[in-house]
Amino acid sequence: MKRGSTPLLIFILVLFGFCLWVIWPGNGIFGRNEFTLGLDLKGGSHLVYQIDLSKKDPAQSDADVIEAVKQKIERRVNAYGVTEPIIQTINNERGSFVLVQLPGVTDVDQAIKLIGQTAELDFREEVLDANGNPVKDADGNPEWVVAKAKGSDGQERELTGKYLKPNAQVILESQTNKPEVAFEWNSEGAVLFEQITQRNLQKPLGIFLDNQLISAPTVQAVIKEKGVITGLNLEEARTLAIQLNSGSLDVPLTLVERRDIGATLGEDSLKKSLEAGIIGAAMVIIFMIAYYRFSGLMACLALIVYVVLNLAIFKLIPVVLTLPGIAGFLVSVGMGVDGNVLVAERLKEELRRGRTLGAAIEEGFRQSWSAILDANVTVIIACVVLYWLGNTFGNFLVLGFAVTLFIGTVLSMFTQVVVTRTFLRTIVGLGMVKSPAAYGVSK
Amino acid sequence: MIDLVGKRNWFFLISAIVIIPGIISLAVFGLKPGVDFSSGTAMTLHFDKAVELSQVRQQLTNVGYDQAVVQPASGGDFFVRLPEITSEQITSLKDSLQTGLDTAVTVSSLYSVSPIVAAGTVRNTFIAVILAAVGILLYISWAFRKMPKPIRWGTCAIIALLHDLVVVVAVFSILGWAAGVEVDALFVTGVLAVVGVSVNNIVVVFDRIRENMKRGVSRDFEVVVNYGINESLGRSLNTGLATLFVVVALYLLGGATTHTLVLALLIGIATGIYSSLCIAGQLLVVWEKGFATRKKEATNPV
Repeated sequence: MKRGSTPLLIFILVLFGFCLWVIWPGNGIFGRNEFTLGLDLKGGSHLVYQIDLSKKDPAQSDADVIEAVKQKIERRVNAYGVTEPIIQTINNERGSFVLVQLPGVTDVDQAIKLIGQTAELDFREEVLDANGNPVKDADGNPEWVVAKAKGSDGQERELTGKYLKPNAQVILESQTNKPEVAFEWNSEGAVLFEQITQRNLQKPLGIFLDNQLISAPTVQAVIKEKGVITGLNLEEARTLAIQLNSGSLDVPLTLVERRDIGATLGEDSLKKSLEAGIIGAAMVIIFMIAYYRFSGLMACLALIVYVVLNLAIFKLIPVVLTLPGIAGFLVSVGMGVDGNVLVAERLKEELRRGRTLGAAIEEGFRQSWSAILDANVTVIIACVVLYWLGNTFGNFLVLGFAVTLFIGTVLSMFTQVVVTRTFLRTIVGLGMVKSPAAYGVSK
Repeated sequence: MIDLVGKRNWFFLISAIVIIPGIISLAVFGLKPGVDFSSGTAMTLHFDKAVELSQVRQQLTNVGYDQAVVQPASGGDFFVRLPEITSEQITSLKDSLQTGLDTAVTVSSLYSVSPIVAAGTVRNTFIAVILAAVGILLYISWAFRKMPKPIRWGTCAIIALLHDLVVVVAVFSILGWAAGVEVDALFVTGVLAVVGVSVNNIVVVFDRIRENMKRGVSRDFEVVVNYGINESLGRSLNTGLATLFVVVALYLLGGATTHTLVLALLIGIATGIYSSLCIAGQLLVVWEKGFATRKKEATNPV
């Protein structure tokens, strides 16, 4: 056996065994025990909101406002009970955006409302005329003004949701069984609420969310710390409680992109792509063996090592697998054959020229190396550009393709040069397959 | 040895037969932009009870969406394309279809893009294409630096590359009006991947030609080129076929999400094999010798 190839062979076999173990369902290191599937395979919703920075408080910096929006959305999404959500901010020349991915969400409409609503809560009093009677508008509805009172430092303050403790919860009223949102004021809110309820005894107090009246209960007693909001259905109550706890958004958000994928569609696509992959790979293997015989078989073994290594990398990084990502991976498998074909063709030539098998292998690899390297550079250029494109607008489908094709291309160089060569050297060293016909050379 | 260079005019003719109608189609109809680029709302609707295309169209017109494009999709589902509508409008549209057609309706997939995002995607796509073009040009000038006439070889490679791109884009333009195929961000992804693969094929063939020139295979440039192409034939066909096996399987069996991506790859890779064997090297010969029409037997050298 050629000196130096034994340690390499052992290294490859150990690496292969390890990777094979890793990709087995449930196995893994660093807690990465399953493949990470993208939204298009899991089902769920991908939402992009534009952050309207023109409405921000001038005292705050853009970065602070964006960060606050992101954190509040995170709190809302987590409270809603989504597993593994993705929340990212995107800044580009068209503005600032926040991208939210909600895997497995079925009631997307509810989620959109929950995330995107400013959710500014305030308490309002009726506007009174000179006689102390409520002023009504043309439709006979009372006019409201945001209730103000002196804060603990003597300053006039509006009573809004920002004085709430983040512990609002949905309760069912014991008599009617109707949902209510129970809230608690912080110390400042309690100071304000006490004065406001005091002066509005036996009068209605309007509770407004984003300038929409939710309910207008009549004040029965002076209250300091606690209250309830009625007039909501269960879903609305749940949404409001989450929003009150996350805090209201400082600036309005507009939904600018929405992509929903049904869970069954995702599952179906995954199954179809895997079938396509297995059939495609089987055809490649049959073709390689039929055409290149023994070196084709070696190339296929190298290809299997390549696929297993690649999948292990996907699982461990982890790479988010999407449908285009799987397509990118499969294309890299097809192209991964390229290097092996180049080598096998050279090998055939060298054998035809009458070299010995061992010399032909060394020469075949030496000659093909520059072509293999060159050949992959262009694909890598394309991948880098696509990665940029996918990243700038949060297109996870384009990103998925770029990432898997890149990893696949780089890894295929390794398997072509290291794995296939080691396999062939070992075989030659063992003197097992000697006939040039086995390498596709017809005498 | 096959005389691939001698038949060059035939190959140019075959390419022209595809490219000229394609360019006409592009000029007249352009490409059909998907939601990514043009903004709008696209959704796939699943009806529990079988419904007719005309019923869906009628119902959408009834509720005021007379500009809706409705196409049948697989499994009795329908693909509906509208100008961008809000989440509330989507819900009410679904409800009115449900009552109007008396069947449960599920929105199995939905993609809605506002003009601001679409405009950004268009802009970024242009930048991406330009970046890729610069990257590939730099690569080509580097890869061909050792060639005898780098500019000439580089230009021929670029023409062959453009040939592949035009074929892909032209086919999508034709499919656009003939079959309603739209171009989206994944189409661009496919096209850029095709650029990578295509350049790679051309470089392998040119490398062989250069090697044969150094070895002094023949004094006749035409023979040298033909010899180089024939030597690459096995590699180009086999690599291309291996990739195509996978891509065809994906095209036939994979889901609708990746259709444009896989179709662009399929057409691009197939065209890439053809152009690297039948166009690129032949262009070099044309530049050297003109459009020779005399029939010439390529002699087997060595």
